[in-house]
Amino acid sequence: MRVPPRLEQRFVKVVLWSMTAITVFVLLFIVAYILRRGLPVLSLSFLTENPHEMGRTGGIFSTIVGTLALTAMALAVATPLGVGTAIFLNEYTWESRVTRIIRFGADCLAGIPSIIFGLFGFILFVIKMGFGWSILSGGLTLAFMILPTIIRTSEEALRSVPRSYREVSLSLGSTKWQMVTRVILPSALPGIVTGVILSVGRSIGETAAVIFTAGSALRLPTSLFSSSRTMSVHFYILAREGISMPNAYGTAAVLVLSILLVNIVTYRLMHRFIRKYS
Amino acid sequence: MTGLDRKENFIRAVLLLTAFSAVSVLAVITVFIFAEGTPIMFRRGVGGFLFGLNWYPGEGRFGLLPMIVGSLEVTLGALLIGVPFALACAVVLTEFSSPRLRNILKPVIELLAGIPSVVYGFIGVVVLVPFIRETFGGPGFSVLAASIVLGIMILPTVISISIDALQALPPSYREGALAMGATRWQTVRMVLLPSARSGIVASIILGMGRAVGETMAVIMIAGNAAAVPRTPLDPVRTLTSNIALEMSYASGEHREALFATGVILFVIIMVLNTLANASSSRRARGKRG
Amino acid sequence: MTGIRVREVSHYFGPVRVLKNINLAVEKNEILGVIGPAGSGKSTFLRSLNRLNDLVQGSRTEGMIEVDGRDITRPGTSLVELRRRLGMVFAVPVPLPRSIYENLAFGPRLAGVRGKEKLDALVRYGLEQTALWIEVKDRLHQSALKLSGGQQQRLCIARVLTLKPDYILLDEPTSGLDPVSTMKIEDSLRILKKDYTIILVTNNTKQAARVSDRTAFFLAGELVEIGPTERIFTAPADRRTEDYISGRFG
Repeated sequence: MRVPPRLEQRFVKVVLWSMTAITVFVLLFIVAYILRRGLPVLSLSFLTENPHEMGRTGGIFSTIVGTLALTAMALAVATPLGVGTAIFLNEYTWESRVTRIIRFGADCLAGIPSIIFGLFGFILFVIKMGFGWSILSGGLTLAFMILPTIIRTSEEALRSVPRSYREVSLSLGSTKWQMVTRVILPSALPGIVTGVILSVGRSIGETAAVIFTAGSALRLPTSLFSSSRTMSVHFYILAREGISMPNAYGTAAVLVLSILLVNIVTYRLMHRFIRKYS
Repeated sequence: MTGLDRKENFIRAVLLLTAFSAVSVLAVITVFIFAEGTPIMFRRGVGGFLFGLNWYPGEGRFGLLPMIVGSLEVTLGALLIGVPFALACAVVLTEFSSPRLRNILKPVIELLAGIPSVVYGFIGVVVLVPFIRETFGGPGFSVLAASIVLGIMILPTVISISIDALQALPPSYREGALAMGATRWQTVRMVLLPSARSGIVASIILGMGRAVGETMAVIMIAGNAAAVPRTPLDPVRTLTSNIALEMSYASGEHREALFATGVILFVIIMVLNTLANASSSRRARGKRG
Repeated sequence: MTGIRVREVSHYFGPVRVLKNINLAVEKNEILGVIGPAGSGKSTFLRSLNRLNDLVQGSRTEGMIEVDGRDITRPGTSLVELRRRLGMVFAVPVPLPRSIYENLAFGPRLAGVRGKEKLDALVRYGLEQTALWIEVKDRLHQSALKLSGGQQQRLCIARVLTLKPDYILLDEPTSGLDPVSTMKIEDSLRILKKDYTIILVTNNTKQAARVSDRTAFFLAGELVEIGPTERIFTAPADRRTEDYISGRFG
């Protein structure tokens, strides 16, 4: 017997809508679960005190500093490289085999699992170059991880700048570099910043690549060569070794909130940017 | 040549150098992983690595088959669980929901893509593992638990890219089918999904890459026993966990064997990347034509 | 030797030849109108004079283009200097997303002009020549994007004037404007003629008839005919010119 199309559609709709509801529920449940148990733990002293007894007591201050230091290091390396790559691809060369190779390389890099980055960073930076477990090793490893994101988003931002701006700038007697710095980068800035912030989110949340390169020392880092524990690594260790569940939840809540904040800022920026040029 | 021209040429040269940063990093990583990982494979026989059942690094036995099977099972499980929900979500949000709801839900889902994997793993430990243990028996740390958590983790990726693929279809496809008296669902099933196939396939392959490569979440919930699981309730160890679990104390041949694990993982990921790339470039060509 | 001499110029985009053996001269302080249907190569011609075609992949010029006695098709030509001397105005007004003042000061700043007084004077000069000064003098620091379409295009002309170029190239400058704005721009051109040499590409034959001293007619990449405007419009030598200006095609 053939089911009438209208009836079939009604049935399918019910199924699809319930699946959607389940999906959205599960994703929101995860955030809500963490926040419900983590928010009560949060206090000013939790944020401003260093961890004591492996994190059983005290706050998470040194891990916040570690996270920020590692992220800053990664951005300081990856942003010039990524934006420079995008500028070269978009403004200084024609489409060719070379640009295809560069883009393919970036795409491949984007797909490499973080544990491979961790393995690589461990051997190259920690062991062979002798940086040890340090902010330097971890930051460089993270920089390589976020490089493709920055290239990709910067390229999109540059591409959305109207071609006529380039013609006007050049026709008024600018060099190519003046055109890039005075006309194109200012117009593409919100898009580029979006990519950078997106990478911040990724750096904050990363664990596998960081634990093998930056180590897990709980002390407050004092130099680029200090080993340092990030919030994600701290959370992982607290939870996996069962050191302190309340502190694990608290750390997770800070982690989730900061990433949500970062992503919301990105989203806002992106939308303003899109509206401006379409 | 004027001073300005010299400056321009210098800038161009610097930019050209930076442009090769990503490719160079990729090359260096590849060389390192292979240089560290392949010698032991050839010394002890590639077959032993790929098909050996026993992983006893202390005794010099490095069979990776349980981990290879583990990674594949867990990934397959994640796709079986995640993809139907993700596609349902994508179809509902593009075809059946009001634009208002879509404009709220799509960003919400994309925001969740940023939740760190350790958080997913943790939820798995405190909610899912006990549930499985009490409902189905066994230790709870299992293929099933890992598949479910990975299935959830790939949702945002698959949903977001599938929505893009569906929205990129020209409105005329939709209007044409509806004008011929098809219901919305018939339009989706017979016109839209087939037309957006390559974009959807690319989204699934990307999700697959994420599942294969995920490490910390899997370590927390999979149980990590280095044996081929017989049922979905048995614990399992993946290639990624194998590296992460033992890296901190491995040395000598043991460390080399972990790099060999990295080599296999690397090859799997590269194959997936190439597939995704081919699939999405076919989509780009299709759009132009 | 002054003016522009174009000798046997052909232009290619990849394998496609869009200009075929063009020969013409532009004299000092004249307005040369360039007319022809869409796709006749008139814009490409204009852009080959300041080498803006270089922005297109696979672009290549054969022949010789002399500007004040120097062949600008040669490699090693300073494009920055060339483009400063041949100011260009585009079909669609493109104010940069910054203030009116900053739009006008953009070119001089690139050229290294410093000091508020000098910049102020250049900005004022440009705006006065295009009759914009009275309209915008009280809001120089507002965004240029807020001006009307006609004002934006006059701003673009003013922006070119602040460079004190020798030549002004206009690429269908009034194609998107209403008749009143068009008239204002045509008035400006007549005034500017005293100090500048102007090449006006237009898809509006009547505009060429109104403002240009001589007119060139392009068709399918060839220069069909060039001569005093009055003769071109009253007694064209070529049948195709006559067909075009009488509106039989194009």
